[in-house]
Amino acid sequence: MKIVYTDSLIIGGGLAGLRIAIAAKQRGFDSIVLSLMPAKRSHSAAAQGGMQASLGASIKGEGDNEDVHFEDTVKGSDWGCDQDVARMFVNTAPKAIRQLCAWGVPWSRVRKGDREVVINGQKVTITEKDEAHGLITSRDFGGTKKWRTCFTSDGTGHTMLYAMDNKAIQLGIQVHERKEAIAIIHEDGVCHGAIVRDLITGELIAYVAKATVIATGGYGRLYEVTTNAVISEGIGNAIALETGVAPLGNMEAVQFHPTAIVPVGILTTEGCRGDGGLLLDKDGYRFMPDYEPGKKELASRDVVSRRMTEHIRKGKGVPSRYGDHLWLDITLLGRAHIEKNLREVKEICEYFLGIDPVKEYIPVRPTQHYSMGGVRTKPTGESPTMRGLFSAGEAACWDMHGFNRLGGNSVAETVVAGMIVGEYVADYCAENPLKIDTKLIEKFMDREKEKISTLLSREKGESSFALKKEMQQIMMDKVGIFRNEADLSQAVEELKVLHQRSKNIALRHKIASSNPELVEAIRVPKMIRLAQCVAYGAMLRKESRGAHAREDYPERNDRDWLKRTLTFWKDENADLPEVQYEELDVMKMEMPPGSRGYGVDNTIHHPDTEKRVAQLEDIKKANPSADRFEMQRLLNPIEIPDKFRGKNERIGKGFK
Amino acid sequence: MSDERILKFHILRYNPQVKGDVPTMKTYEVKEAPGMTIFIALNDIRENHDPSLQFDFICRAGICGSCAMIINGHPDLACRTLTSKFPDGEIKLLPLPGFELIGDLSVNTGKFMRAMSERVESWIHDTYADSVDLDRLEERMDPDIAEQIYELERCVECGCCVSACATKRMRDGFLTAVGFMRLARYALDPRDKRSDDEFYEIVGDDEGVFGCMTLLGCQDYCPKDLPHQTQIAYLRRRMALVK
Ligand SMILES: Cc1cc2nc3c(=O)[nH]c(=O)nc-3n(C[C@H](O)[C@H](O)[C@H](O)COP(=O)(O)OP(=O)(O)OC[C@H]3O[C@@H](n4cnc5c(N)ncnc54)[C@H](O)[C@@H]3O)c2cc1C
Ligand code: SF4
Ligand code: SF4
Ligand code: FES
Repeated sequence: MKIVYTDSLIIGGGLAGLRIAIAAKQRGFDSIVLSLMPAKRSHSAAAQGGMQASLGASIKGEGDNEDVHFEDTVKGSDWGCDQDVARMFVNTAPKAIRQLCAWGVPWSRVRKGDREVVINGQKVTITEKDEAHGLITSRDFGGTKKWRTCFTSDGTGHTMLYAMDNKAIQLGIQVHERKEAIAIIHEDGVCHGAIVRDLITGELIAYVAKATVIATGGYGRLYEVTTNAVISEGIGNAIALETGVAPLGNMEAVQFHPTAIVPVGILTTEGCRGDGGLLLDKDGYRFMPDYEPGKKELASRDVVSRRMTEHIRKGKGVPSRYGDHLWLDITLLGRAHIEKNLREVKEICEYFLGIDPVKEYIPVRPTQHYSMGGVRTKPTGESPTMRGLFSAGEAACWDMHGFNRLGGNSVAETVVAGMIVGEYVADYCAENPLKIDTKLIEKFMDREKEKISTLLSREKGESSFALKKEMQQIMMDKVGIFRNEADLSQAVEELKVLHQRSKNIALRHKIASSNPELVEAIRVPKMIRLAQCVAYGAMLRKESRGAHAREDYPERNDRDWLKRTLTFWKDENADLPEVQYEELDVMKMEMPPGSRGYGVDNTIHHPDTEKRVAQLEDIKKANPSADRFEMQRLLNPIEIPDKFRGKNERIGKGFK
Repeated sequence: MSDERILKFHILRYNPQVKGDVPTMKTYEVKEAPGMTIFIALNDIRENHDPSLQFDFICRAGICGSCAMIINGHPDLACRTLTSKFPDGEIKLLPLPGFELIGDLSVNTGKFMRAMSERVESWIHDTYADSVDLDRLEERMDPDIAEQIYELERCVECGCCVSACATKRMRDGFLTAVGFMRLARYALDPRDKRSDDEFYEIVGDDEGVFGCMTLLGCQDYCPKDLPHQTQIAYLRRRMALVK
């Protein structure tokens, strides 16, 4: 039996995983990163648009600070987020971006003087201040009050990931590539590492660690059409679920991005609309201002996606052999801008659609994009029910996004969570000895070996490719942008059947070493279980919140549903996950539930909301001289590692 | 479309993990669909003809650099290559040469690129990088310099330039264009405090920039159109001044 020992085992080599490995290493702990492929190919590289941090250097970001970022994030989440976490996040984001700056990201910078931009379809000249020249600049993104999204031309995620991986290489952190974690080793509510399959040799290896971190990204591939990479299959979430002890949070919270190209679902960044691009219907008509006169194309993602779907349902979509779509028009931005700041979009249009977006409209449709749900954690990143198991990045439900995340807040989360959770991982490594119980390791190893040999020896059975297709189709058709009881309960039933069938997968190619069919056979049953969590959670949640939109329950219902869904899979033989709920405490909220300002406000309020609003008013009145930092502490004091407590400096504002 | 074609894929099959396996060319027929890429076609083959077929795709959008292979004689990213590009419908696929073969069309670029990064020390060399005060304004940078650095950092480590390099074929330790580009990127970056002498230590020999025969296979096949010619010439000039 091959066993590898380390202090911290990080499953996932994207931005979140690498940042945690760096944090642990810098605190003197040995860390190993596992990845399905070279870390620099992780899906983080695909983020073109940008990273939110309230630096406020650009003139259109003036007046921005942590508080404004906090408000946008909480509103964006439709009050579903954990406000303590959102607070930690907004306070740390400026530090995260400045650190990445020191580590080599060539962030686009403010250029002093006049510059032409497109706002609301009009060319406008804005003047950047002399004293901001050379600082990190920012662009507009959906759902934000200020231009807060920092970027590197058209390759933000790429440059962030390269800088991060290069830093890890500098520190000598080992990335074990082409390795897949397939089970968590645990006992009595404590995690001891993972069973890992070498994707080249097929060998199973036990990685035994003090702290184990799941940073495996999202689960977009549960859907047939998604902007996500082909490896975003949620296996990290599934192995946490399969412990029966660690819950997943808010799995039904799935975001659809307004502008992926039709039919293949490759994303054109929100930067297209942030920089002034418009959405048009089959008549070339700009329809968003009719639905959302305020933010128009730059309303929050979930809102724009729903409005587009509504408009298509009214018969205003452009018919095509792949179904109806709408147009994204960036022609008004001009060639120079597109070739510099949206070049990746241009390449995608040229290679995959054969069109030139400088002159032609881009066919787009809302498409699965982001997984708000994931391994539920405390603000420290640790599972509430399994010690030594941590999670961060898109894989986690750390829960700063609630039911809808803002564009640019995700790569920001990966790095900020990496910094914060990384410290707690290091603390855990300092406080706990490495426990090596060979019997326990053997038990898990044998179990996984047995499963694989059963798969390889079964003569006849189901095809994992076919099962996956069926699952993806169910999720597309019945657990999509708009949801209702009839579809959801059908989806739940159909997935149950698939789950049963997935116990009888057989292979055509019976080889234990590198074998894509075996990889699929190991993953698909796990993916079906995740799909069940999503569909079942969505069926039970009888309200609409953020990206979870129920046609039969269109109102946000704080009275009954201001709570987080927790799904467990305790009994291996069960047909459905177990669902519990975790209440969000209104009386602790710095920002009590209110209106997001889209459409009509039909919220059913929580009985505590009014009370809390009054209480906050009293606190404010009683402390008239408190500055915004003191006020924040009075309203909701939060824990944050010492390293990240400092106030952030801004141009023209100092540390205020 | 009524004139749907049957494409013929000729693929090199070889799994070094299986004892006794020998490299052979196999042919698969796939019905073409509108907008079909090699990514879509290969998955079709895997699902419907041969589930053992190995290849690497991650982003399937030309962003991550996973899927480089030799397509009808030339290295390119398979995910963004449309099958309609090939009028006769014959498509020959070989794994990228110059890298350790994992199986069929899958090669170990990761190992090579990590070694390259370690060799050129692909990170900002600045003793203060880890003690910057994160609360304060970041160090300013000229907006043009930032853009120029990004232009050189757009490399996706796909390996096309490595496979197209004649010098690499003769001299296994040759750094290749991807390494030169990385080095040029750091040499341009004011945050990196390395001196020309230090860069010379890394590339100032025949395994480095003086071994390059400037046949520019790298320039021709880089899917990100990086300016290899100018950067190699620039590095040479700068290094020639050192000793
Ligand atoms: C097309 C696109 C564009 C985006 N643009 C933006 C943007 O502009 N701004 C923004 O904020 N966000 C954006 N996002 C979202 C953001 O990019 C992701 O949420 C974020 O990068 C996720 O990072 P991560 O570190 O959590 O995971 P990833 O980068 O997805 O990394 C996951 C890692 O886990 C590894 N892994 C997975 N499973 C296993 C396993 N079982 N065993 C071992 N290793 C495993 C993988 O190899 C990989 O290294 C975008 C997303 C997409 C799809
Ligand atoms: S120019 Fe130099 S690096 Fe480029 S392919 Fe030719 S020999 Fe290789
Ligand atoms: S330089 Fe170009 S060809 Fe070479 S690895 Fe980078 S992107 Fe690929
Ligand atoms: S799969 Fe990412 S570049 Fe081809």
